[in-house]
Amino acid sequence: MSNITPEIVKEHGFTEEEYRMVLDIMGREPNMTELGIFSVMWSEHCSYKSSKKWLKTLPTKAPWVICGPGENAGIIDIGDNDAVIFKMESHNHPSYIEPYQGAATGVGGIMRDVFTMGARPIANLNALRFGSPEHAKTRHLVHGVVEGIGGYGNCMGVPTVGGECEFDPSYDGNILVNAMCVGLAQADNIFYCAAAGVGNPVVYVGSKTGRDGIHGATMASAEFTEDSEEKRPTVQVGDPFTEKLLLEACLELMATDAIVAIQDMGAAGLTSSSFEMASKGGTGIDMQLDAVPQREPNMTPYEMMLSESQERMLMVLKPGKEEMAKAIFEKWELDFAIIGTITDTGRMRLFHKGEMVADLPIDPLAAASPEYDRPWVPTPKRAALDPATVDAPLSITAALETLVGSHNGCSKRWIWEQYDHMVMADTTAKGRPGGDAAMVRIHGKKKALAMTSDVTPRYVFADPVEGGKQAVAEAYRNITATGATPMAITDNMNFGNPQRPEIMGQFVGACEGMSAACLALDFPVISGNVSLYNETNGAGILPTPTIGGVGLIQDVDQAVGMAFRAAGEAVVLIGETKGHLGSSQYLQETLDRKDGPPPPVDLAAERRNGDFVRAQILSGAVTACHDLSDGGLGVGVAEMAMASGIGAKIEDLSGALPLHAWIFGEDQARYLVTTRDAEALLAAAAAAGVPAQKIGETGGADLIIGAGETISVAALKSAHEEWMPEYMAHPDFEE
Amino acid sequence: MKACVIVFPASNCDRDMKVALEQSIGSPVDMVWHRDTELSGYDLVAIPGGFSYGDYLRCGAMAARSPIMAEVVKHAERGGHVLGVCNGFQILCESGLLPGVLMRNANLKFICKDVALKVERADTPFTNGYSQGQIITYPVAHHDGNYFADDETLKRIEGEGQVALRYVKNPNGSRNDIAGVFNAKGNVLGMMPHPERLVDPLQGGIDGKPLFDALVKHLAA
Repeated sequence: MSNITPEIVKEHGFTEEEYRMVLDIMGREPNMTELGIFSVMWSEHCSYKSSKKWLKTLPTKAPWVICGPGENAGIIDIGDNDAVIFKMESHNHPSYIEPYQGAATGVGGIMRDVFTMGARPIANLNALRFGSPEHAKTRHLVHGVVEGIGGYGNCMGVPTVGGECEFDPSYDGNILVNAMCVGLAQADNIFYCAAAGVGNPVVYVGSKTGRDGIHGATMASAEFTEDSEEKRPTVQVGDPFTEKLLLEACLELMATDAIVAIQDMGAAGLTSSSFEMASKGGTGIDMQLDAVPQREPNMTPYEMMLSESQERMLMVLKPGKEEMAKAIFEKWELDFAIIGTITDTGRMRLFHKGEMVADLPIDPLAAASPEYDRPWVPTPKRAALDPATVDAPLSITAALETLVGSHNGCSKRWIWEQYDHMVMADTTAKGRPGGDAAMVRIHGKKKALAMTSDVTPRYVFADPVEGGKQAVAEAYRNITATGATPMAITDNMNFGNPQRPEIMGQFVGACEGMSAACLALDFPVISGNVSLYNETNGAGILPTPTIGGVGLIQDVDQAVGMAFRAAGEAVVLIGETKGHLGSSQYLQETLDRKDGPPPPVDLAAERRNGDFVRAQILSGAVTACHDLSDGGLGVGVAEMAMASGIGAKIEDLSGALPLHAWIFGEDQARYLVTTRDAEALLAAAAAAGVPAQKIGETGGADLIIGAGETISVAALKSAHEEWMPEYMAHPDFEE
Repeated sequence: MKACVIVFPASNCDRDMKVALEQSIGSPVDMVWHRDTELSGYDLVAIPGGFSYGDYLRCGAMAARSPIMAEVVKHAERGGHVLGVCNGFQILCESGLLPGVLMRNANLKFICKDVALKVERADTPFTNGYSQGQIITYPVAHHDGNYFADDETLKRIEGEGQVALRYVKNPNGSRNDIAGVFNAKGNVLGMMPHPERLVDPLQGGIDGKPLFDALVKHLAA
């Protein structure tokens, strides 16, 4: 008699073909526990079955890469036995259903990914995308997500130093919460998850296992419908206090010679952690589920294996180290339980109440999961947009005020002042939130990391290939603008339903563009995460491949910020301006138009201009630097002025272009810099073949553009700072 | 002089405090675990910021009952100096070493930013590196920094000159804009703002450094 009905198979998210594969692998019908394990292991979230084929095409190597994708996080070498471990991961679906806990556990999960490898987290970033500000749920979601991120990160004592926040109606039913963590480890003391040593104990540490989050990974692999809010019980609850203790206990144990392998229990909890460890190590595991610390009575093997309770880790210890390890976890008042043994069977055998309740082969589940070559169609190219056909604003400065005060262009201070961005006391003054890239000093040393997260989803939607390039290029520029050298990226690929060829086409195109940019800029992908099915009732999000970039500067004192330093300095524009207005912020915010292709990205120019700007910063020739992106030259100069309170007079050098195209065009590979010696800088640029022109001078309290359009920096700043607090203080909204 | 920093479960500014103290002292500062029951030979005991016990109960209430706090109280009674910052301030209030209590910020949000402070007393071992009425900058980073004391207590501490620092622009609803207070004897100081986060120009300023320098000068003498 069969217990596994077609309905049960369907509820577990299998296609008929996939279930046939299950039967084939098992050689018999699986029981419920086994079926549940297959289900989470083969969910899109855990198996990357739709995306694997394309992720493999991304460049992942460089001489400084210690570990690329495939582990908990990627690792780069920054010299002096220092290694930087980082990754970005989404918690989109849970954050929509329960914003506080969804976002909080996203932050907790990404920090575990980083410290499970032996790193102390030293910085967090987050990229947030919400629906239209007018949508009824948006305020509630912003409020909950921001408080959840702060609640977790602040308690952990890890500074949240950067990120981004945008609004677009395409996210109305599917917000994006992408959390990035950057950690610092000793290069000679990194921990991996490959189990080894037959007979070695498998140890469970951290919080107890409860019934929360069961099938979270499966939820994150399906589209939303109206009844999605009924899925609330599948969202986990975070406990940052326990995670802080777990961090300290793990780092204390890692300083000894006791750990063979360690893996955090994230999505699909005990199942994915144990399978991952055994699969990577080519071993088997026998697990005694009665020994698993349980929060609730009468938990079944199915529930224990699928629970996504937070703040848990699985480790393989060297023999004889159990007591010493136990003492450390007891000191930190955490559960410590030996729940299994490494075997050479290549099988996962689960025992419960004296019976074997599951017997599964490791590799066919973990390594041989389904892989799809989903049909895809390229996104049709858009016709070029002639800037001459785009209406000029009544006033350039009024348009500028609109852009810096718009919901996407405004200051996100309301958000980042709720995050402790200074704890650990290594966040540099110029590297605090609000600038191009955040900067955190390596504790006790001269060098520092520059970190940023970037993507322009409207570009990716208009042209996935150019948009994919642009996301990587902007991360490169943001890091370069501080003086740091871009080292590597983590990518968080947020897309709609991959079973629709046009969505799959966006994914394929974005990967193609990203690959080209990573190669040209020596900026490899070392870790990442894919979040598909970001659709509600068939409407997908803007394709959003968020790029988290990390760079290194050897002497933090050489770094520059984006604020004007002093009056009387020359403002120099680096890079070529063609007045590209297609898919620009100007078009969207002042004319309510979203047409035209995104700006093309000339990767050779990006590289050349970036290398030039960085060298000039490090030589001391540049006093401030800012990358140009959304809103072009106009918004760039306004941001430099607002950050300092110093004004500037900008000449009209638009030439044959309409002035508004010159001011608001979003041509790539451009920077604004200030210098005390424009002549020398321009000569150096000419020698390097880099387009550069002096466009004005700093000074005064106003921004003056061209023949006499004037706006005070104070007025710009008040427009820039007003939107977000006013929006969140709406009287109809109760917190 | 000898100083130590007390570490509670989920203290998270313990290292920052140690670094700032060591910079002024020039020699290593000890870390003392909350379950320890021995606290002798120290001139200064620092209680750092963080989220002791997750702030799951009233902030600082659990830590105030840790074994080490009985020793901190004895240390203070002996005339030893105690500095509590942020969660450390909350713990000192909860343990009765300082008057008042810290409530949730008036806007109900965590606030992290630089704030301007007015030095109310520049004639104490903690603050004599500043001048009376000087405006200085320290960062705040807290969810529960809203200082409250009843009218009578407030009158007393104002009258006795126990207010150490006042916010120039009140960020959290604290009564009388109070940012930091002394005990009656003047050897215990608690404050919400973080002097240890501004002791190096790279952090954006060094307004916190005179506090540590002054303490060291006094206690080493």
